[in-house]
Amino acid sequence: MAQNSRERPRFGTGWLPYALVAPQLIITALFFLWPAGEALWQSTSTQDAFGLSSEFVGLDNFTSLWGDSLYLASFKTTMIFSGLVTVCGLLISLLLAAMADRVTRGKRLYQTLLIWPYAVAPAIAAVLWAFLFNPSIGLVTYGLAKVGIEWNHALNGGQAMFLVVLASIWKQVSYNFLFFYAGLQAIPRSLVEAAAIDGAGPIRRFFGLVLPLISPTTFFLLVVNLVYSFFDTFPVIDAATGGGPGQSTMTLIYKIYSEGFKGLDLGSSAAQSVVLMVIVIVLTVVQFRFIERKVQYA
Amino acid sequence: MIENRRGLDIFCHVMLIIGVLLVVFPLYVAFVAATMNESEVFNVPLSLIPSTHLLENLATVWSAGTGNAAMPFGLMLGNSLFMALVVTIGKISVSILSAFAIVYFRFPLRNLFFWLIFVTLMLPVEVRIFPTVQGISSLGLINSYAGLTIPLIASATATFLFRQFFMTLPDELVEAARIDGAGPMRFFFDVVLPLSKTNIAALFVITFIYGWNQYLWPILVTNAPDMTTAVVGIKSMIGSGDTATQWQLVMSATLLAMLPPLAVVLLMQRWFVRGLVDSDK
Repeated sequence: MAQNSRERPRFGTGWLPYALVAPQLIITALFFLWPAGEALWQSTSTQDAFGLSSEFVGLDNFTSLWGDSLYLASFKTTMIFSGLVTVCGLLISLLLAAMADRVTRGKRLYQTLLIWPYAVAPAIAAVLWAFLFNPSIGLVTYGLAKVGIEWNHALNGGQAMFLVVLASIWKQVSYNFLFFYAGLQAIPRSLVEAAAIDGAGPIRRFFGLVLPLISPTTFFLLVVNLVYSFFDTFPVIDAATGGGPGQSTMTLIYKIYSEGFKGLDLGSSAAQSVVLMVIVIVLTVVQFRFIERKVQYA
Repeated sequence: MIENRRGLDIFCHVMLIIGVLLVVFPLYVAFVAATMNESEVFNVPLSLIPSTHLLENLATVWSAGTGNAAMPFGLMLGNSLFMALVVTIGKISVSILSAFAIVYFRFPLRNLFFWLIFVTLMLPVEVRIFPTVQGISSLGLINSYAGLTIPLIASATATFLFRQFFMTLPDELVEAARIDGAGPMRFFFDVVLPLSKTNIAALFVITFIYGWNQYLWPILVTNAPDMTTAVVGIKSMIGSGDTATQWQLVMSATLLAMLPPLAVVLLMQRWFVRGLVDSDK
């Protein structure tokens, strides 16, 4: 990763390389490393109400989190939400990519029509869907009422969850589609033809040959989508449901955000941030170990 | 494909068309709603035939805005554009320089610097919301354009992308430059920069969209009404409780806010797709 094996000619040392990396390092130190250090330090201490004095308490903040039923509920909500967004999002995009890979006409048009939501901000995606599902004037709400379903995501937790999952998937399908499509395009045609000559039909070929061949892409997307549903969906939840009704769409990120603004408990808020940090670190390490593996696939 | 099965082909097209319709539907409804006047938009069910008020809605939103703290949306779009451009240009410049230093120089602490940059991947804004806000406020950067943009400029992914690309360039280039007596910066501007054009274009598309669509960061760093960005502003247009939301104006605003990133994606589709799949986000 950090060291390349072959010796390449390089320029000598001096002050220049330091000057070149300085801007990025200074920003990194000020806005990434220092705040992360602060969070770590705050998570192991308690502060009095005025933030004047603080006292080291070790892992108390973390152990009290595990005894906090609201926190555990939020953890469960996050798992359900991320699981739904990741699994459904990947299945739908894989299906569409496989179809787009198969058809001969209109490939380019389908790709253009499917990838544009990438450009839409998550917050705007939430506003578009919330308008369709608006309890009083929404078009989908009207359609659902026709078939006897009463829709009001401001009152019904399950419906609120459905709405934020839907908006999050809609936003992410384009990204997944592009990667699956690129993966499918890269499969050598000769392999597929050989399987066809051996008498494997399209369905059999897909499950027996194509799916294993694109497994690196699938695995990469699995990690990316988990990170996306954990962190990047904050605007979707904020714009569509605000974490409600009750706590039903209160994911871990949203909980930190809403509690932080009420200025409740710095130590607890920092401990929650550190838990999230550990989750990202694990996901990033998994992703990078895998990307290094992916190089050998190529 | 290999065998010619009409049935399967038709099935694929049908599935793709359903997919496209589901993807386009919310946008179409937003467009239709943006063409209506206030009474038409509150008709249940909403008509799917465009009306005639699009231009006046766009003009109203542009110059007056809507909602509780109505601000001209044109101003918010200007803020978004400024933010997206500063973040994009800043990120590309900072990343290409640090990648250049890490690949083409041998100097003490090089590996340490590389790892420090790598670590930022593991610290997205969301996991360090409050310490970062405290940091920003102790630096006196709350409600400043510097606070809004500079922290988003550091990015490990862009640095990695350039580093990977520089490693594929032949070593002979450096040799030749040194024999010709070119210094490192001369080599950078005359050789490396022109060769990086495609990568810069791809990164430009992705970073512009990233900057334009920021949401959490502007909420945390700015609260002055005249610094609101378009994406954040739309949320404040939606009334809660007893205030009626002017949906036709909100939808006009969403069209305006979607337009620039959409144009960038569609006009630069080739670079965008390449850049996205190459840089692995």
